[in-house]
Amino acid sequence: MAWKKAKSVLPAGDHYLSGAEAIAEGAIAAGCRYYAGYPITPTTETMERISTRFKEIEAVFVQMEDEIGSIASCIGASWAGAKAMTVTSGPGFSLMQEGIGYAIMTETPVVIVDGQRAGPSTGQIFVGSGDVMQARWGTHGGIPAIALSPWSVQELYDQTINAFNLAERYRVPVFLMAEATTAHLRERIHVPQQLDVFDREKRPGAPPFGTEEDDGVPPMPAFGEGEKLLVTGSTHDAHGIRKTSDPVAQQRLSTRLYNKIMGHSAEIVDCESHYLEDADIAVVCYGFTARSALFAIDRLRAEGLRAGMLRLKTLWPFAGSIVREMSSRVRKVFVPEMNMGQVVEEVMKYSSCDVVRYNQMNGQIIHPDTILEQLRRLL
Amino acid sequence: MTAAVSKEFLRPGVTLPFCPGCGDRALLKLILRAIAELEINIDDMLFVSGIGCAAWIPSPHFNADTLHTLHGRAIAFATGAKMFNPKLITMVISGDGDLADIGGNHLIHAARRNIDLTVICANNMNYGMTGGQVCSTTPQGALTHTTRDGNPYRPFDLCRLVAAAGAVYVARYLVTQGDPLVNSIKKALQTLGFAFIEAVSPCPTQFGRQNRLDTPRDTFRFYEDRCISREDAEGMSPTELAGKIVTGEFSNGRS
Repeated sequence: MAWKKAKSVLPAGDHYLSGAEAIAEGAIAAGCRYYAGYPITPTTETMERISTRFKEIEAVFVQMEDEIGSIASCIGASWAGAKAMTVTSGPGFSLMQEGIGYAIMTETPVVIVDGQRAGPSTGQIFVGSGDVMQARWGTHGGIPAIALSPWSVQELYDQTINAFNLAERYRVPVFLMAEATTAHLRERIHVPQQLDVFDREKRPGAPPFGTEEDDGVPPMPAFGEGEKLLVTGSTHDAHGIRKTSDPVAQQRLSTRLYNKIMGHSAEIVDCESHYLEDADIAVVCYGFTARSALFAIDRLRAEGLRAGMLRLKTLWPFAGSIVREMSSRVRKVFVPEMNMGQVVEEVMKYSSCDVVRYNQMNGQIIHPDTILEQLRRLL
Repeated sequence: MTAAVSKEFLRPGVTLPFCPGCGDRALLKLILRAIAELEINIDDMLFVSGIGCAAWIPSPHFNADTLHTLHGRAIAFATGAKMFNPKLITMVISGDGDLADIGGNHLIHAARRNIDLTVICANNMNYGMTGGQVCSTTPQGALTHTTRDGNPYRPFDLCRLVAAAGAVYVARYLVTQGDPLVNSIKKALQTLGFAFIEAVSPCPTQFGRQNRLDTPRDTFRFYEDRCISREDAEGMSPTELAGKIVTGEFSNGRS
């Protein structure tokens, strides 16, 4: 296995950091040694911290000319052997979508953080969760990657490490779908002495783009190792030879790229349950909104009202079977989101009970009182 | 170049895809000749290309590490690989549409940063792979599938552009100027910093056909007749130089 124990770069113990800074520290802890980015609110502070911290370790920081160049250079660095990351917000995430498709097709590990704000376009620099579907369907071709949703500064640190491990484990881009509020939030976080990191597997001479199984992850060599690598975004066989008019090769590659993620969704998907054992009504939520929801649910519980919460730590692959099972045990599911309705559509696909949506897209967090009011009406 | 050198550097089993008369076939051989003459171990090299006919020069044909990237982004991909592993002798080979139109921003910024890359731009003065449309290097007045009345715009002078952006080595030669072009590629590979070569590479199939250059020979003559060395161009007025292809070195190893 390619799991190993690594020593924390940041001294173990408690630290008081902003979310954007925690992303930088999580990346360094996970082994990120290449960063390329372009300034954008609300994640510029991550890039600023990386640019300073990388001077203390052997690592490469480049401020690129745009987000298209940022993702491209991260992919180039990843093939040169680096764990690479870029951090952006919605408009930059859109510019990266073609490169993300290339990373999926070439099975290149790369971590992309999207500090979401209220869009479309420049919109406001305040909070939003409008890029959830962009993380699933933004790139051309429709093959899934992995998207995570953190709700705290601690989780921006932990999930950044998790994002690198998943990217290396499955040779896929991983999106950390942060939000402006958590990026700019300051909280105390705990950094352990040791952490688990996954380094990409190497098997000299083995085909780098194919496996026997139809859901396998091939080993990944790097440039300069004498493997005479053929990396291409065109349809290719297990050795990277272009197969641009072979329907069998196209179908085989598409199937494996899809199965490699969807076939391992049980291992990838992570959720957190609160008060669901006896809940009448379940709130399905993610990111900062889960903080407001939990605050509201705690209040209702104190009054003896049976509300619970399922927090999605993984957005993609979607926690469909968990939602299906949960929906069979509650009367109603409530889905509050800082967009005009994205995850709610997925929840409806898997739910056997009524699903109620609440959508707010005004650049502000959904206040706990708002959720409280909505839940009182539904209970 | 001997046949042996060519075979040693070509990936077993590949056949070259270029049209009859395409300048890219000649350029492929000249690049390999330069590498052979410098006695570089091709396993120490990384070849990065974008999308288009010229991007197929290294991928899949060169028996080395090759990165065949997105349209326009080859230099940005190469930047990441080179900066993370400076030991990789990194060469970008792509076309004019790829490097100068869709990828123009990456080209000038990599030159400004003086990243240690050798960039070879095969300039065929149109989009060849998509069937012959106008691009930023098409001569004014030339016919393409998207300029039926002639290209109304002036072309980029790529060498002046990239030199102004800070490249330490800049040169332009026709692919028929074998020895000077090979020497230029060797110099570029030995340059520490950003080196750019515009290799003018005739496209008889698309550019030639639309401009009534009915044979590959006519197409090559069209370019050769317009060629003038940098030395001969000294002192000529802009009017006299209009439509000329000035060859030679425009920046030579000094930053």
